[in-house]
Amino acid sequence: MAFFCHNCISLKAKAVTRLLFTVGVITWLALLLTDISIIFSSVNKIRPDIPLWLPGVILNLFILAVFYYYKFKVERDEVLNFIDLLWRVFATGLVATVISLSLRLVEHLLNNGKLTSHAVFKDLIYMINLGLMMGFLLMAFTAWKRLILYQKSKWLLRLWAFFEIGLLLSLLLNSFNIELVQKLYGPLLGIFVVISLVLSGNMKWVAYLNFRQKWTGLLLLLLTIFYLLYLLYTNSALTESLGAISPNFTHYRYHIFILSVIVFVAMYSVFSFLVILFNLPTTSVFEQKLEEVVNFQRISQSIQTEQSEESVYNILLETSVSTVFADAAWLEIKATQIGHKLFTYKIADKEAYDIIDHLRTHNVKGILDQGSDKTKNLSKHLASLKGSRFRSILAFPIYVKNENIGTLALLKELPEGFNKEMTKIVSTFANQAGISVENFRLLEEALQNERYKEELKIAKMVQKSLLPAVLEKDDDFDIAAFSDSADEVGGDYYDTLRINDHTISLIIADVSGKGTTAAFHMSQMKGIFHSLAQDNIDPHDFMVRANQALVYCLERGSFISATHFIINTQKKKIRYARAGHCPVLYFCAKKGHAEYIKDKGIALGMVRNKSYSNFIQANEFEYHSGDIMVLYTDGVTEAKDARNEEFGYDKLLTVLCEVKDGSPKEIQDHLINRLYEFSGTTNINDDYTTMIVKFK
Amino acid sequence: MIHIKRIQEDGADIVVLIGEIDASSSIELDLAIAKSVGEGFTRILIDCSALEYISSAGLGVFMSYIEEFKDRNVKMVLFGMSEKVANTFSILGLNELLQIGKDKIEAKQMVS
Repeated sequence: MAFFCHNCISLKAKAVTRLLFTVGVITWLALLLTDISIIFSSVNKIRPDIPLWLPGVILNLFILAVFYYYKFKVERDEVLNFIDLLWRVFATGLVATVISLSLRLVEHLLNNGKLTSHAVFKDLIYMINLGLMMGFLLMAFTAWKRLILYQKSKWLLRLWAFFEIGLLLSLLLNSFNIELVQKLYGPLLGIFVVISLVLSGNMKWVAYLNFRQKWTGLLLLLLTIFYLLYLLYTNSALTESLGAISPNFTHYRYHIFILSVIVFVAMYSVFSFLVILFNLPTTSVFEQKLEEVVNFQRISQSIQTEQSEESVYNILLETSVSTVFADAAWLEIKATQIGHKLFTYKIADKEAYDIIDHLRTHNVKGILDQGSDKTKNLSKHLASLKGSRFRSILAFPIYVKNENIGTLALLKELPEGFNKEMTKIVSTFANQAGISVENFRLLEEALQNERYKEELKIAKMVQKSLLPAVLEKDDDFDIAAFSDSADEVGGDYYDTLRINDHTISLIIADVSGKGTTAAFHMSQMKGIFHSLAQDNIDPHDFMVRANQALVYCLERGSFISATHFIINTQKKKIRYARAGHCPVLYFCAKKGHAEYIKDKGIALGMVRNKSYSNFIQANEFEYHSGDIMVLYTDGVTEAKDARNEEFGYDKLLTVLCEVKDGSPKEIQDHLINRLYEFSGTTNINDDYTTMIVKFK
Repeated sequence: MIHIKRIQEDGADIVVLIGEIDASSSIELDLAIAKSVGEGFTRILIDCSALEYISSAGLGVFMSYIEEFKDRNVKMVLFGMSEKVANTFSILGLNELLQIGKDKIEAKQMVS
């Protein structure tokens, strides 16, 4: 749709330019015919059958047509650059001049004939020349308009609008009120000349030309001025010779529009020429400044595009060298991940190290260590180094997070080859490079973190998969379990294992620490449980042997707390051993109250020798229908509320008593709800694990 | 967050723990004890009277020194624990492995 519209607009514009061109040609022909007819009548002393003012009006129509033709053709063309515009003006001038010169040639060839001295022929030549000049002037007018309005301001736009509208209105004056025009002629022309002068001060586009373009511009402008002068000369010569024959032809002497445009075009052409000419010597400075900006951008952007710190250093070296025209340079990077490195430009590593050593041995402060003012004259220190071709040195430190990571040194064979400007620029480059490297490192760290998070995700997945999907079922009891861990990987573990028809083994364990190691230890615990529990060994022995096995796996300071149960449904007895794990909460249906079963037991991995056996004890009790056993990890009792108070053992006991008649699943859901209610958020910061057994 | 102060009294090094010890702050506890041992103290008292909470990682720090202290004949006594903190030690059975005194006077007697 958009494309279609754009297309139809450009088609419309094309049609308009064609129409205007045709109108231009027709009006010119009409002008020619009317003017010739008047001249013919005047020469032959006949009363002309057309009014004398008609050619003037037609001339204005012709001017309007050409004016709008260029307005549509040149002013709207976005592709044209400055030199293209100058080229268009030049080309138009060239065509006009060539045609005019050919006419002169024809005239010259027919010199002796009667025809050339005839008023009608002279008028024809004049009309052609006038048309050509108008075409050329209006082309230049439109082109100069674009150049002037390249950098617009509100004020400039208003001034231009006033100028353009004023000129067009002057056409009206010219067409109708001849008496008035001649009175206004002087002041009006004066106003337009002053405005032209003010407008000619807008030469900002010149600064955007490079050296070559400026030369091209000069040449084109020079020729344009020449064509202008030639066409003016030709036309004034023609009006003079025509005036000698008859006074009644269309003269532009009092035509404000034409005269103003001539003044404006000529003035702007000459001004442009001069401004470009005087700008030539400083062009290289402008170009250098531009290059500095581009270089600066390169360093800033290197953070987004470059793959390594090394490329940032290379860009820094390259840009600094090209900006200050150094003969050689090095970049010494000391304390970084890539180690000690020397990047060089047109200097051998040995030569660079020679200079570094020389400066160090002569204890020259302030060059490479930035101890003092860096712009001071340092050439005398280099001069004392025999065999060195360099006479100037400029060095800058590169800081990353306030730490000096390296030095950039630029060398020149000329003495005092660096000026203050260069010092400033290179200092900015060095700072920017430091920022780039810092950003780069931050990015690297962020990536590392991202990778770490990804690893944690995997560890969490592994940990989840270690927990049993289905718990053992039995006719004697119901069982439910729940585990949720914080963003980090926790180390909570529970499991069940059927040993025979009437014996079932349960375990709940909590690995100290978090993260991948916790998940890893948890998997070890699972392996130990599944291998030891199968053999129906006593919980005491289970703990002793588990401790023995874990001593070789757990690092210093790590331990696992666990409680292991063996439920015998035949004898209705539970035998268990607690190794440093949270005490079991047991609800006795007979007594109608709950309590924690507290007894001796040290966590696995805390005692790393045979004496562990003394620290663990197994106990046994009978269970009855309606009894409830709540196994949990410290995440439950240590859950905190907004006031930083812990959930605690008492609350856990109360919560159990509230739902003692429910099924394990109901008890569990109630407990979890209470926990979330208590902590005021579902965004937990620890692991919650519960396993609830209710006997039938 | 934990704040650790060290005071020397009668040739014994008293490490005062103020605040909470979790997984991250347990590193500071480890450093403090290692420093004390490194400075050659053979009598180390841990003042837990301002210790509000200790996680399993923090307990792991004390645990990790038990055997080393036995070998180097260093005596370490914890004292002044709140009931809650004492409970954490006793659940894991650390009260049987570590020497825990009621207050500073008792702790000093235990190390001498």
